[in-house]
Amino acid sequence: MTDGTRTRMPALHKELLRIAIFAVGVALLLNVLDSGVALNFVMMALYAALLAQAWNILGGYGGQFSFGHALFFGTGAYVQAIAQIDGGLNPWLAMPLGVLASAGVGVFVGALSFRYGLKGSYFALVTLAFAEVFRIVALSVPFTGAGVGLMVPLREGFGNMQFGSRRGFALMVLGLVVLALLVTCWLRHSRFGAYLQAVRDNEDAARAAGVNPFRIKLGAIALSGGFMGAGGAFYVQAFQYIDPGIAYGAHTSVEALVGAIVGGMGTLWGPLIGALALHVLADLTRNLFGQLPGINMVIYGVVLVLMILFAPRGLGGLGRSVRELWKGRTK
Amino acid sequence: MSAALMTLTGVSRSFGGLKAVQDVSLAVPQGSLTALIGPNGAGKTTLFALMSGFLIPDSGRIEFDGQDITGRAPDLNARQGLARTFQIVQPFAAQTVRENIAVGAHLHEPRRVAALAAAEAVAQRVGLAAQLDKPAADLTVAGRKRLELARALATQPKLLLLDEVLAGLNPQEIGDMIPVVRGIAQSGVTVLMIEHVMQAVMNLAEHVWVLAQGQLIAQGSPAEVTSDAAVIEAYLGHGTAAKLRRQAAAAAAAGDVA
Repeated sequence: MTDGTRTRMPALHKELLRIAIFAVGVALLLNVLDSGVALNFVMMALYAALLAQAWNILGGYGGQFSFGHALFFGTGAYVQAIAQIDGGLNPWLAMPLGVLASAGVGVFVGALSFRYGLKGSYFALVTLAFAEVFRIVALSVPFTGAGVGLMVPLREGFGNMQFGSRRGFALMVLGLVVLALLVTCWLRHSRFGAYLQAVRDNEDAARAAGVNPFRIKLGAIALSGGFMGAGGAFYVQAFQYIDPGIAYGAHTSVEALVGAIVGGMGTLWGPLIGALALHVLADLTRNLFGQLPGINMVIYGVVLVLMILFAPRGLGGLGRSVRELWKGRTK
Repeated sequence: MSAALMTLTGVSRSFGGLKAVQDVSLAVPQGSLTALIGPNGAGKTTLFALMSGFLIPDSGRIEFDGQDITGRAPDLNARQGLARTFQIVQPFAAQTVRENIAVGAHLHEPRRVAALAAAEAVAQRVGLAAQLDKPAADLTVAGRKRLELARALATQPKLLLLDEVLAGLNPQEIGDMIPVVRGIAQSGVTVLMIEHVMQAVMNLAEHVWVLAQGQLIAQGSPAEVTSDAAVIEAYLGHGTAAKLRRQAAAAAAAGDVA
C-alpha cells in the first residue's frame, strides 16, 4: 500500500524538472548550433510539436478528435497578420489577440457541437467542415487578401518579433512548446484535467460525479485552440506570409493530429516525440524522393495507419510496453 | 418517520408506447436505508435515472432536500448531494482506482493532492485500499461495484442511490458488501437501493417499495411486502398467490386426513 500524497507530488515535481531540463537543453543546443539548416530543422520540429501539443489537449486528454485544427491555426495567423498590417499593432500585442481569437473560435465551434452532443466522427466532420468554410471565406473576402494572401512587411528587430536569424524564431517557438508542456502538466495534476479525462473516459459517470461535461469540453477546446492560434501567429512571424490554403488547409490539421497520435495521445511527451519522429521521417523522404509534392502527406498516412494498427498508444506507449517487458524479463 | 429527503409526486415517463414509469409517488425519509425492488423491466433503473436527472419526467414533480429538482441536470444534483451508482458499472477505465475516486472527491475539493488523499480514505471505507494503484480496467466485477460505490461516496452525498451494487457478486462477496452498505447508512447518508438479492433487502432495508410494470404496487417492511399477494403475483405470474394459498390449504387438509 502506498501513500497517495507521497507518491503523487514527486510525479508532478519530476515532470516539472524534466520540462526544465528540456527547456535548458534545447536552448543551449540552439546557441551552439551554427548552420542555418540545423537551426531550421529544430525550429520546424518544435513548431510541429507545438501543433501536436495543441491537438493533444482536446484530442488526447479530452477524447474529442478534431479533424480541422487548422481552423484555429488559420485564425491565429490571420489575426496576427491583419492586426499588424491594417491595425498597425505591434506583433507582440497582436499575438495575444490572435490566441484569444482562436480560443474564441474554439468556444464557438465547441458550443455548437457539444451542445448537440456531437462525438467521435461527427465532431471530426464538423471541425473539418468549419475549417473548409473558413478557408473558402478567407478566399473570398477582401481583408484576408483573398487568394493573393497577406504579406507582413519586413522590419527586422526584436521589437517587431522579426529576429535576424532562425535562432530567434526557434527560441520563440521553444518558449511556446515549454508553455504547452507546462499547461499539459497542469492538466495531469489538476481538477480541470481530472474532469477532462473523466469526461473522455465516461461522460455519464462524470456527470454523476458532479462534472458538467459541456463546460469542461469548452474549456479544453479553448485551450487547444489558443495554442493552435499561437502556432499560427508564430508561422506568420517566421514566414511573413499567409494565404487561405496555408491557414485553413488540411495539411496543418493532419500534421497536428498525426504528431499527437504517433507520439501517444494523452501523454506529456508523446506529441513532442511524435512530431520529431515525423519530421525526421519527412526530411529523410524529401532527400530520397526529391521535392515530390505531397510525399510527406503520403508517408504520414501510412505511418498513421501502421501506428493505429500496431501501436495505438503511440511511440510513448510503445516505449512503456518495451520497458514493462524488460522489467518482466529481469525479474 | 422523519422528514422526507426526497419526494416524488406522480412521476411518469414513457418511451414511445412503453410506459416505463407511471404515476409513482414516494417519499424517502431522511437518514433511512430503503430499497426499491421489482421484477426485471419494472422500471427501477428508469426511476433512478429520473430521480438523479439523467432522464426528465413527462409529468410529476421531484423534490430533493426541500428544492424542486424536476428535470435538473445530474451534475447540479450531484453538487446538491444526490449521488448514484450505475447498474452497468462505468469506470474511467484508463485511470487508476485512486484517480477514479478522486473525480468524485473533486466535487468539494479543488486541490488535487487533497482529492487524492480523500479518495484513499473512501477506498478504505469500501474495502478498495489494496487496489488503489491498479487501473480500473483490471478490477474484478466485485471490485468495480465497490469502485462505483466509492466514487459516488466520494462526492459526500446526502442521498445515495445504489443501482444493484450486489448483482453479479458471489455469496461471499455479497456477505462482504452488506456491512459496507450498512456502514454508509450508519454514517448518516440516506441510502435508497435497487436490489434483486433478497437476502440483502431483508437484511438491510427498513422500508421497501415494489415496482412492477412501471407502477408502485406495494410498500412496507420487507416482511410485509414479501407476503403481499400483489407482489407475489408480480414476480411469479397472475394467479400464483391464489394457487399457493390453495396448495397450502390442500397440504394442510391432507395432513389432517393422514
